[in-house]
Amino acid sequence: MSEPTKHDEHEHHIVSPATYVVIFLALLLGTAATVAVSYIDLGVWNPVLALAIASTKMILVVLFFMHVKYSTKLTKLTVASGAFLFLVLISMTLTDYMSRAWGRW
Amino acid sequence: MSDSTAIANGALAEEHHEHPSYQRHHFETVDQQFDATNFAMWLFLLTEVMFFGGLFMAYLIMRNWYYPAFVEGSHQLSIFWGTANTAVLIASSFTMAMAVWSAEVRRKGSLLLFLSLTLVFGFVFLGIKGIEWHEKWEKHHVPGLHQYSIAAFINPASDPEVHKQYPDDKPLPADMAQKTEEYFFLYFAMTGMHALHMVVGVSILIFMIFRAKAGDYTSGHVTFVENFGLYWHFVDIIWIYLFALLYLISRHS
Repeated sequence: MSEPTKHDEHEHHIVSPATYVVIFLALLLGTAATVAVSYIDLGVWNPVLALAIASTKMILVVLFFMHVKYSTKLTKLTVASGAFLFLVLISMTLTDYMSRAWGRW
Repeated sequence: MSDSTAIANGALAEEHHEHPSYQRHHFETVDQQFDATNFAMWLFLLTEVMFFGGLFMAYLIMRNWYYPAFVEGSHQLSIFWGTANTAVLIASSFTMAMAVWSAEVRRKGSLLLFLSLTLVFGFVFLGIKGIEWHEKWEKHHVPGLHQYSIAAFINPASDPEVHKQYPDDKPLPADMAQKTEEYFFLYFAMTGMHALHMVVGVSILIFMIFRAKAGDYTSGHVTFVENFGLYWHFVDIIWIYLFALLYLISRHS
């Protein structure tokens, strides 16, 4: 076969059930935490904290359940560029709304 | 065919190793096939991010425009069912991850068990969603249909169950109360599109259970199970955000 040196960037990595169990418990813990926090009045920090916990859970799912931590650089780059593009679209839409009629509806 | 191509093909055929039936002939190795389909699946998921992103964007803007209506609208949702459904969906993601592992280590019995559990959790999720939607229907909170009622928002005391949990909710002026319809429109659009993805998911799961029974995924061919897993986890992630945004962030105004 050709060029065995460079192509073996990764062999198919099997994530162990133990890892899945740990992530599962962490996700349940995150769910409990976000519900508990929602009962405390933190003003503007309520949405911030809720989204922070949701994003932490999202990252756990992406890295471990979706195996991104163990995948090729191509996959990692694809996922990262997707997240980046999503944030760009959100912030550019917001810039537009905020610079036109924000607070005057 | 010219002689030179025949020779080239002959040379190629010699290099061509025995390969498993599930390896398409245009891929050099199973690994390469796996990477290519995995990449394609992620590209599909990115289009899904953009699709749901539009809904999230609309929610962000609308919530800022009609903040009081969105706060009191969200008080109509049940934290209990929302939390239960989040736990169910996370459990289904876990069993799906275990199904992928079962396919990788070629254990057919365990693959069937975990696919079936994922299917059951998927149905439980949809059932709970059905209970919640039905309550909105009964309270005339389905926008655009069936005589939308603003009674609970112009007079919170008329809805004793919610009023007990949120005694500080003030009566909204009629025009703002009408904007709760926007909240429920987005609620149904977002949870509805999410549930549609779940319906597609459980349909594919049923198909996969039959193929798994025939032993199709436990002979080294994990691509389909792996990529379906990506889809299922993605739908889980959407719910994680929907739960936070629709149910949790507006409990205190």
